[in-house]
Amino acid sequence: MASGVKPRVKVPKTAAAGSAVTLKTLISHKMESGRRKDKQGNVIPRSIIHRFTCEFNGAMVLDVAMEPAISTNPYFEFEATVPEAGDFKFTWYDDDGSVYDTSKSIKIA
Amino acid sequence: MNKLTSTNTLVALALAGGVVFGGAALADVDGVLTINGELEIVTKTTPPAHLADNLDEIVSGWVYRAAETQELQMDDFDNPGMLFVDIAQDDWGTVEGTEGKSCATCHDNVEDSMAGVRAVYPKWNDEAEEVRTLAMQINSCRTERMGAEPLKITKGKMARMEALISVQSRGMPMNVAIDGPVQAMWEQGKEMYYTRTGQLELSCANCHEDSYGLHIRSDFLSQGQTNGFPVYRLKNAKLTTAHGRFKGCVRDTRAETYKPGSAAFNALELYVASRGNGLSVEGPSVRN
Amino acid sequence: MEFTRRDTLALGLGAAALAVLPISAYATTEAATLAFTGGADVAEGGVDLTAPEIAENGNTVPVSVAAPGAVAIMILATGNPDPNVVTFNFGALSASTAASTRIRLAGTQDVVAIAKMADGSFTKASKQVKVTIGGCGG
Repeated sequence: MASGVKPRVKVPKTAAAGSAVTLKTLISHKMESGRRKDKQGNVIPRSIIHRFTCEFNGAMVLDVAMEPAISTNPYFEFEATVPEAGDFKFTWYDDDGSVYDTSKSIKIA
Repeated sequence: MNKLTSTNTLVALALAGGVVFGGAALADVDGVLTINGELEIVTKTTPPAHLADNLDEIVSGWVYRAAETQELQMDDFDNPGMLFVDIAQDDWGTVEGTEGKSCATCHDNVEDSMAGVRAVYPKWNDEAEEVRTLAMQINSCRTERMGAEPLKITKGKMARMEALISVQSRGMPMNVAIDGPVQAMWEQGKEMYYTRTGQLELSCANCHEDSYGLHIRSDFLSQGQTNGFPVYRLKNAKLTTAHGRFKGCVRDTRAETYKPGSAAFNALELYVASRGNGLSVEGPSVRN
Repeated sequence: MEFTRRDTLALGLGAAALAVLPISAYATTEAATLAFTGGADVAEGGVDLTAPEIAENGNTVPVSVAAPGAVAIMILATGNPDPNVVTFNFGALSASTAASTRIRLAGTQDVVAIAKMADGSFTKASKQVKVTIGGCGG
């Protein structure tokens, strides 16, 4: 697991049933592109998060395929429909096999 | 006439050195910085008395950034620097060193204990009889109270602890004392600020007092204020400390730089911080 | 069968791209588009691509895409050594087929967004982003 990886997500606490909510996600990750060289001139191997998913109560909201051109500390903003109360699950997949996830629940107002 | 001459000299030197200052193009300086829709930040104000003859207005570096960069600082979720505040919050409660203490052991909630702290640093420490930067104070706590290793002055762990402490003072005016026991060091910092260095023979003032708002290549020069430090820079996508930035600036004049954490940079930090007295604490800010 | 000079050139390039693709990291914009569209025609319009006209730093450039009726949107940076950037696949609970992220651009170039619509058709938009070189590298 890459060191110091910390996810951050923004989900409203409540929503009207069937309404759309804006979600924002950020995760600390260097997103090493595989194109940089170290001081000795050796290529620093690629090490990125290559996939991000957001699900709500098991149904897919967004599935993102990521390449090395995504900036350090990847950020996404998108909208989800909230049919009922439940949990958003956010998952990031690292090249090194690590999986980082976090969940946030939302109530119906 | 005097002013004109010094400007001409500056341009000639800059051209000779391959650095090009732009003409009259000014940044769009009308933006107003409100964070999370509620926290108003003073980005322009009257200068402190000691600067009244040199500047009409002191201005945060935020003002000189492109709209997209400015927006990143207007919402704490969009500000990537806040990721590191989160991580430092974990550090705050982590026991390190031989004494079995964390920051929280002595200082409880960072929200309460550190409110207002960033605004008055660097400041005089009576017990130690020295001027302490925030970084020095953090390391003093670590080595003397926690029995832990000091943090490296410009590295991520120090930068994020500074960010955590800064954020508790966001919106408060910078209010660094310049008289009494700190005065001699302040004078030293001031002398450094106005002394030309390096092959380009540029002082801090040549760029940040004489030429702010002008282009340096395709970039706008700021006043070089420290109220936004540590800053999340888009360039390297991490937090940069004031000493890290000083080092970059001095290197860009093609001079041998002082070491981050050196007495010289501590004096410079004190002086530069006092030039921003009246601007709001912004750290962690976002810059290019 | 006659080949014009242009046809020959195009064939050669296509063959080269196909031949090289599996072993080279230097994918072309054409190859990346082909991988997404499977060779289908790509119409213009119907995609909103928002990016700054001038990016202050190529390391972190905010971009947003939106295409009503899309099932997926791919973003390409045509001037990067590898033009692939990101593909958003919208799920059942996606409220709008729109998303924002921050990307790396190696220099001034066209950024392209290609949307795959629910009926299997494709449409695209493109925008030039100028990437500036700052005065103070420090």
